[in-house]
Amino acid sequence: MASPKSFLWTRRIVLTLLLLFVLVPVYVMLSSSLKKLQDVQGSFKWIPSGLTIRPYIDIWSTVPLAHYFMNSLIVSVSATLLSVAVAIFAAYGVSRYRFPGRRFFTITVLSTQMFPGILFLLPLFIIFVNIGNSTGIQLYGSRLGLIITYLTFSLPFSIWMLVGYFDSIPRDLDEAAKVDGCGPFGALFRVVVPAAIPGIIAVCVYAFMTAWGEVLFASIMTNDSTRTLAVGLRGYATQNDVYWNQVMAASLVVSVPVVAGFLLLQRYLVAGLTAGAVK
Amino acid sequence: MTATAPPRSAPEAGPPSGKKPAAGGRLRPRIPVRLRQLGLPYLLLFPALILELLIHLIPMVFGIIISFKGLTQFFIRDWGSAPWSGLDNYRLAVKFNQPVGEALLHSFWVTCGFTILSVGFCWLIGTAAAILMQDAFRGRALMRAVFLVPYALPVYTAVITWTFMFQQDTGLVNHVLHDQLHLTSDKPFWLIGPNSFWALVIVSVWKGWPFAFLCLMAGLQNIPRELYEAAAMDGAGVWQQIRKITMPSLRPVNQVLILVLFLWTFNDFNTPYVMFGQSAPHAADLISIHIYQSSFITWNFGSGSAMSVLLLLFLLLVTAVYLLLTSRKRGDADA
Repeated sequence: MASPKSFLWTRRIVLTLLLLFVLVPVYVMLSSSLKKLQDVQGSFKWIPSGLTIRPYIDIWSTVPLAHYFMNSLIVSVSATLLSVAVAIFAAYGVSRYRFPGRRFFTITVLSTQMFPGILFLLPLFIIFVNIGNSTGIQLYGSRLGLIITYLTFSLPFSIWMLVGYFDSIPRDLDEAAKVDGCGPFGALFRVVVPAAIPGIIAVCVYAFMTAWGEVLFASIMTNDSTRTLAVGLRGYATQNDVYWNQVMAASLVVSVPVVAGFLLLQRYLVAGLTAGAVK
Repeated sequence: MTATAPPRSAPEAGPPSGKKPAAGGRLRPRIPVRLRQLGLPYLLLFPALILELLIHLIPMVFGIIISFKGLTQFFIRDWGSAPWSGLDNYRLAVKFNQPVGEALLHSFWVTCGFTILSVGFCWLIGTAAAILMQDAFRGRALMRAVFLVPYALPVYTAVITWTFMFQQDTGLVNHVLHDQLHLTSDKPFWLIGPNSFWALVIVSVWKGWPFAFLCLMAGLQNIPRELYEAAAMDGAGVWQQIRKITMPSLRPVNQVLILVLFLWTFNDFNTPYVMFGQSAPHAADLISIHIYQSSFITWNFGSGSAMSVLLLLFLLLVTAVYLLLTSRKRGDADA
């Protein structure tokens, strides 16, 4: 398609400005993480005077970063796997069957998206404390409590997206499987799930990012031993100083796996959105 | 199996044995099959239902109950013994000439302004980027990946980086504004005082626009190329094609996208909390932080719950009105 000059110039200018807007903070993160402490304490410099990898060594001892990392990893991975498993069953039910209460279910689940997190933070906090007191199951301050909480955060969006995805898979496929002797679960796992892999990957990415980035519940529901990265990173700020070079180094270390994973899988997310949410 | 299936309980994707009697030659007794089919969808939904009940619905009902109680830190271990206070918490929250109500109203307006600006810019930038990148050009895939980085970054690392850039004496923002461009006579504060509102909006837009971009890109893929080709044959220029084909085709995506962005932004807690900590500056006192502070800093759970319920009612109202308005427009398309 022949585009007029005005369009091409608009494209060049707008996209360049956007690239700058996106990349400047990334550059600040990277360059500051390689500066000496005195350099990040003075006026900002675009070009660091001397590079050091010292911050990348110090981050592990200033705060127990590895420990926080493990906590975040355990919580996020468990929440993701459980959430996606639950979402697959629910989406299959909604996509393939008509039953009384189907509409009510989808509306209820979707409307939980609009609940302000703060609304159920207080009650959940009190419920967890009281469950701990009466049964001895420590949910408050434990990883389990956080996992259960997080797995419901991505659930509505995951179900929604997977229903769209499952709907786009021809029914004839799983009906044929049933004709060949599969039960409904056989049809789900042998036909629908393999055909919906891109959608399932997209939902996994979304669920993992939701859990990895959550701050509110992590700040209330964890204690010293279960603290996640979201809360732990604040440890680099002491009473008098903020070790900005270490903060940036730690931020980068924490971000790289998520960003790399996301960029590798992003085409699935686009595919998932196209089939699911957008339609 | 009889031809007249019971009206609502029969699965739409009927069992193969129903439609094709001889197929497969499955020898299952009829009634158990029917029963299993009736129970199956509920079985599939059961885990999701239990979890939603446990984490969302029960706490919500519980939160509504708490909002009618004078629940403070003294009653956490035995919340049932907290005294009933009736509508006191609500009355306190909506007395806008008293300190509590005044502060709530203020944070409500701040949140409205923040949400409108943030969602507006996210949508605008996302739309522009998606349309400008619809056609292939050199470096498009790489650029798309770069644009998604802010969305992929964990919220707190992104916001911490911006907080560093907004530092009054050591930050990049003041370095550029004051030292390099000489736009300001001194180095303004960004994380306290009136500027904090704008700092919050900028961070929120930076973090949020790629999601709009992602959704709109997905939406653009659904537009058949033939439409553009036909329009070009008829002599429509690029700008006209965007106005007449692209924008109308994106309407269904936009309806969902704007609602989702609105809800997420209005409830956003992460951005202000990482930027400002437990108490935000007056100009950037978003409602979620405000409620958090009333609940966990001053330990007045009853009052915090009442504010949460009011917030939820407001969001329900806006969503209902929005859905009514948009569903009327697309009414016959759905039917």
